[in-house]
Amino acid sequence: MTAEQIIFLIVGAVTLIAGLMVVTVRNLVHAALWLVAALFGVAIVYTLLNAGFIAVVQVVVYIGAIAILFIFAVMLTRRQAADTGASVNKNWWAGALMAAATFAGLAFLLQGWSGFSKTASAIPLGFDAVNQLGDALTSPAGYVLPFEVASVLLLAALVGAVYLAFNKK
Amino acid sequence: MIPLSWYLILAAGLFSIGLFGVLARRNAVAILLGVELMLNAVNINLVAFWRYGDVAQMAGQVFAIIVFAVAAAEVAVGLALVISVYRRRNTVVAEELDLLKW
Repeated sequence: MTAEQIIFLIVGAVTLIAGLMVVTVRNLVHAALWLVAALFGVAIVYTLLNAGFIAVVQVVVYIGAIAILFIFAVMLTRRQAADTGASVNKNWWAGALMAAATFAGLAFLLQGWSGFSKTASAIPLGFDAVNQLGDALTSPAGYVLPFEVASVLLLAALVGAVYLAFNKK
Repeated sequence: MIPLSWYLILAAGLFSIGLFGVLARRNAVAILLGVELMLNAVNINLVAFWRYGDVAQMAGQVFAIIVFAVAAAEVAVGLALVISVYRRRNTVVAEELDLLKW
């Protein structure tokens, strides 16, 4: 077993455990902090996949912005979010069954696929993924249209969030 | 080398955990936390397929970036909705928000 595989197993286990804590702990501030741990694990997985830029974006956008936004929202709605009543609804067992069935179905489908245990070919010498990504995002032959649509979506979300959360009184 | 299957199983596990969170939690903020886990699982798949396919094809990474943008938009609007609902109804429990229920 190589060092890379050992790192993957440790990080994968930590990520899955942190994910389980996110959906099971009662205190929502703790759930948001466990989400930060899970997101860090995913960032390390990106690094193992040689996608350094995506890993950095994961830390900056997900942990720096989204997780902090969650903590703010939990604190702003704290009185009701406080630990009264059950943290899961009465049909939680159906949800657990559904999640287990989804995992079993995905695993079954994947292990029947021919490319399942493929190993990665080495990155070609002098290949600059960040350069290529920038080219792909801005060239008309690449993905400039989805890129611009995403910016319009972000603007719409910005205006919508301000409108929804604005206190009219 | 790590085989592709490990990444896919990790992503499937994370997705299922997120799905459980979305289906079972009562608090609306906790449901959004589950959605975040599911989006991350999808992103692991996208980047893994980029790495194990042709690395010169950047589609996997580009889609991961688009998913980041969509996730940021979703969280901003979702949490604004939660705060707005909390201000009017004084609750964030999903099953008590039954205004549209017949």
